[in-house]
Amino acid sequence: MLTIKDLKASVEGKDILKGLNLVIKPGEIHAIMGPNGAGKSTLGNVLAGRDDYEVTSGSAELEGTNLLDLEAEERARLGLFLAFQYPVEIPGVSNLEFLKASVDSVRAAQGKDALDSVTFLKLARAKCKLVDLDQSFLKRGVNEGFSGGEKKRNEIMQMMLLEPKICILDETDSGLDIDALQVVAEGVNSLRDPNRSFIIITHYQRLLDYIVPDFVHVLANGKIVKSGGKELALELEEKGYGWLEDAAENGAS
Amino acid sequence: MTDFHNALLAVKSDESNSSLSAIAALNKSGTESFLQQEIPTRKTEAWKFTSLYNFTSNKEGYGRCAETHNAAGLDGITTIPALDAQRIVFVNGQYSEELSSNESIKNVVRFSKASEAQQAIISDNLGTAIEQEKHIFAALNNAITTDGILVHIEKNEQLKTNIQITHITTAQAKPFTVAARLLIVLETGATATVVEHFASNDDEQNCFVNAITEAKVGANARLNHYRLQLMQEGSIQIGGVHVDLDRDANYDSFQLGLGAKIVRNDINVNHNVGGSHCELVGVYLPQNKQLIDFHSNLEHKVANCTTNEVFRGIMADKSKAVFNGRIHIHPDAQKTLASLSNKNLLLSNDATINTKPELEIYADDVRCAHGATIAQLDKQARFYLQSRGISAAEADVMLSFGFINELLENLELDAIRNLIRPLLAQRFGRDEELMKHIG
Repeated sequence: MLTIKDLKASVEGKDILKGLNLVIKPGEIHAIMGPNGAGKSTLGNVLAGRDDYEVTSGSAELEGTNLLDLEAEERARLGLFLAFQYPVEIPGVSNLEFLKASVDSVRAAQGKDALDSVTFLKLARAKCKLVDLDQSFLKRGVNEGFSGGEKKRNEIMQMMLLEPKICILDETDSGLDIDALQVVAEGVNSLRDPNRSFIIITHYQRLLDYIVPDFVHVLANGKIVKSGGKELALELEEKGYGWLEDAAENGAS
Repeated sequence: MTDFHNALLAVKSDESNSSLSAIAALNKSGTESFLQQEIPTRKTEAWKFTSLYNFTSNKEGYGRCAETHNAAGLDGITTIPALDAQRIVFVNGQYSEELSSNESIKNVVRFSKASEAQQAIISDNLGTAIEQEKHIFAALNNAITTDGILVHIEKNEQLKTNIQITHITTAQAKPFTVAARLLIVLETGATATVVEHFASNDDEQNCFVNAITEAKVGANARLNHYRLQLMQEGSIQIGGVHVDLDRDANYDSFQLGLGAKIVRNDINVNHNVGGSHCELVGVYLPQNKQLIDFHSNLEHKVANCTTNEVFRGIMADKSKAVFNGRIHIHPDAQKTLASLSNKNLLLSNDATINTKPELEIYADDVRCAHGATIAQLDKQARFYLQSRGISAAEADVMLSFGFINELLENLELDAIRNLIRPLLAQRFGRDEELMKHIG
């Protein structure tokens, strides 16, 4: 599904990703963990096409198309979805209008007609219910005045509406209480599908109790320094990242 | 005095001499004041950025509309859907019985139909909120007004019915003047909502609308005032709003300029006694070669008054907007709270905005904030929309719409929001159907 090869990226002249390799097959869930500043969020943003980052080498192919050659909206239309760590507030643009424009764009790219507004409204209301958001959130400005948990649930709702092929969750668990975490996890689990893959970026093992990954990778200093099964997350919870960072530095020297 | 002065005064013929002594007196002093002032040019400070060339170059002037109006086909543009209102309609300056509401309420009357008591109110108030020697086009209106509307709300009366005053123009064989005059008088403790609405049919317009509104808001009274300029692009409208606020009075206003060949609005609000509040919100959206100019002037003459002023504009194509926001805090106006915000978006390299917030503070215990920005759209917001499959171009349109829509969300009258939203949606190419589901 997604093949990342030797990905290097920098921001404001500072190298963040230093040759990252990752292969994700359809239906798999990959967790990416690692210390602060390791490049986890950079990976999500580079894949989604944020232009603050400069990609200096490598490729990221989604079903054979190099994403790095495309505009952000083209990547989204191909089926890439990034759930933001900090969803942006856009006062004055209603959530409903935003969601419809988004779904219409992705549908158009798939050769499907736009949904009429009544059909869309029904669909959006149904998805709201699934993530436990009141329907009134559809009328409000995009993320405007939403609590941290509401913003994250709004991200998951967008993911449900767009039905992407590859979903990247960038610290979606940060700032969530246990109830909200469960709602988010249920949302993700309901989307699990043999043809859909996930990258879960997180600091904590906690989320992985609810969304069980197939693989866990440790990202440190711009590279993946260790990969394993779901039990690796437990080991990290116990031992921290220090031993891996040390190993990575020793390995590099 | 110039030929153009005379051309503008020519609209007032002998037969239009009003039988009301108050109006006759106003006409006289207006004429004198008008003739003493120079027609503004780019050298006139208050008109530095607003060229009147497209107005003054018409040497034949703007006479009276010769045709008697035909109300047929105008009901659509006159109607504000879902607005429960007493409606008074003028077509090309002439009262239209056909388009106006059938039942009349005691609070609204044409000057020419005023009772003796109402004449006394007109006589006491007309012209008193205006410094005509500083506003040549208000002086002109004083000079040429023959009739107008009085809205009078009695002491402690809470008027539930909204009042809609609509001026429709239609294209005529020769350029013509519409002198529109509105006097709003709220006695102590009264409240009212007045919607002024300027519209035209779709033909290329050749009118000059000289619209002056005066509001006298009594102690503890509250006026909600909407002023919507939705004329066709050929129109010229120059006028303004002049407000006197008594103790603890509240003036809450929303102004919309969708554009015309020239729109110039002078908004003057006087905090005269103390404890009064003014909320001034405005939106201007010129496109093509249109010009919209808002000049506001807040006079804080006394202590303990507040003003909150927010204007936003989006300039497209080769259009131009001018915003000048003056807040004048007199030496006695201690404990004033005033804020002024003006934000602008330019959609093209050929569009222009001249913005100038002007705070003049002569008191030492006041809190004032002002800001004027000419901004690009927010990059983070644009990326967020793009990351959901929305193209950069469409994202820009959505964000522009949101920039204005944000101000509409606070409007008290749903009907006004519902009138403007589809117009904006159309302007920005948004889905009008979907807008209906967003309350």
